Amino acid sequence: MVEDRRFGDFIAYVILSIGVLIVAFPVWLTFVASTWDAATIINGKLPLYPGPYFFENYNRILFIGTSSTTREPVLGMMLNSFVMAMAIALGKIFISVLSAYAVVYYRFPFRMAAFWIIFVTLMLPVEVRIFPTFKVVSDLRMLDTYQGLAVPLIASATGTLLFRQFFMTIPDELLEASRIDGAGPFRFFKDTVVPLSITTIAALFVIQFIYGWNQYLWPLLVTTKDSMQTIVIAIKKMIVTSDALTEWQLAMATAMLAMLPPVLVVILMQRLFVKGLVETEK
Amino acid sequence: MQKNAYFTGLTVPLLLLLPQLAITVVFFYWPASQAVWQSFLLQDAFGTSTEFVWFENYQALFSDPGYLKAFINTAIFSSFVCVLSLSIALLFAVMADRQIRGAEVYKTLLIWPYAVAPAVAGVLWLFMFDPSLGMLARGLSTMGIAWNPRLNGNDAMLLVILAATWKQISYNFLFFLAGLQSIPKSVIEAAVIDGARPMRRFWTIIFPLLSPTTFFLLVVNIVYVFFDTFGIIDTITGGGPSGATETLVYKVFSDGKGGSNLGGSAAQSVILLIMVIGMTAVQFRFIERKVNY
Repeated sequence: MVEDRRFGDFIAYVILSIGVLIVAFPVWLTFVASTWDAATIINGKLPLYPGPYFFENYNRILFIGTSSTTREPVLGMMLNSFVMAMAIALGKIFISVLSAYAVVYYRFPFRMAAFWIIFVTLMLPVEVRIFPTFKVVSDLRMLDTYQGLAVPLIASATGTLLFRQFFMTIPDELLEASRIDGAGPFRFFKDTVVPLSITTIAALFVIQFIYGWNQYLWPLLVTTKDSMQTIVIAIKKMIVTSDALTEWQLAMATAMLAMLPPVLVVILMQRLFVKGLVETEK
Repeated sequence: MQKNAYFTGLTVPLLLLLPQLAITVVFFYWPASQAVWQSFLLQDAFGTSTEFVWFENYQALFSDPGYLKAFINTAIFSSFVCVLSLSIALLFAVMADRQIRGAEVYKTLLIWPYAVAPAVAGVLWLFMFDPSLGMLARGLSTMGIAWNPRLNGNDAMLLVILAATWKQISYNFLFFLAGLQSIPKSVIEAAVIDGARPMRRFWTIIFPLLSPTTFFLLVVNIVYVFFDTFGIIDTITGGGPSGATETLVYKVFSDGKGGSNLGGSAAQSVILLIMVIGMTAVQFRFIERKVNY
């Protein structure tokens, strides 16, 4: 452009740096707190730099557990969160690829009815129908199971809409060509549609993994056993007792571990993440 | 909506749809219809008998000052979070849209809070602003500012707003940046040649061209504040002190907890459902407009 940009660029650097500071400060403070001992934190003397208790704190929560509140080691909870997030992500991809394929590539009597039945689920998040859903899960004896944690959260339309939208962009000629080659609906699905959809599948996976890992209210209700709880709900249990008893350094180390996997997913798979975010919201 | 090349048959497509339809019926339609049904029922204190009471639960809700308060809380909470997170994100996006060195790095550094669970975000902000040990809360008290989110409802609301805003900036930033990058450079260059200063260019050209993005984000943000902030509120305040941060969704949960007021909780769910359908309808009208645009 024609005008002098140096001053504007300087302002941009300053504002963006302030932005990064605002965004990062709470997390930095959390990390610092996770490397000090309880006394330093309780006395309000927490410095802005890490302390010497990093290995002690992380070793204790990962493999031993807090003594008073959650009792279970966090490593097991991370495993629970991981299984739940994977089950939600893969389950949603599985059911929505199939249903989108049926809705787009077949013409049959109840096609539009089926589409609308699925579509309406966009409108009611699980928080709103929480108690009736809880009752269904408990009647099916799915409390304290991975199925109970994951399957009810799979019931949503986002994936189906995303794949439907993508399938509509696949040229009709591809189907005609593979028909001439003698391929039926299953061959066409396996050899043409799925390979073309790989990036869309990966993008949806990234978004759904984060969604699943970060679930809070649902696991809080559905898990009663300590051994089944997820890492996100464990943090709340660690700080719910009175101030003096809260082992903040351990709660903060748990918070760091709870943030680590989804944040890594966003940073390492940024392109897929952005694609998934933008396209599921269309 | 329909391909010109397609398969026929009934069994195969129904089998393909079966997993999703089965899960949707069992875990969505059945519980949702239970919620509607329960909203017309009244259970006695011991849970031994239930009575069909028509709209009594709804009448009780609208004469309940606590429910009115939850409405007002939700309105305050969502307008502050929307305005703050949208304007801050827009500022960052405009800055990151400039062709400066390291713009990609800044982008990465600004988007990752999206991945932080709302409940975890709540804990982080609680820790900074805990009246006895929080670093920033102590900073406030040395400056002579009284601060106690555990006792003061306004302080609690402010803290919840800050945490929810912090978490939402990254999402809005991403969409604003995408919106800015889709504005043709030639339009802006033309304005530069006409002698329009940066501020004027922003308000007369860029901001109006961004309005579809802004409107879309507004709807998404309202839905976010309504539903996804449950974890933030539950970890920071638990709806307190004395209901000062109890939003509509939080009240569905706290009234239904322990089965004490299932009918009232279900009636609240139904009202929320109607509100969400309204917002979705608005959003869809907007998307149709964008297609014509």
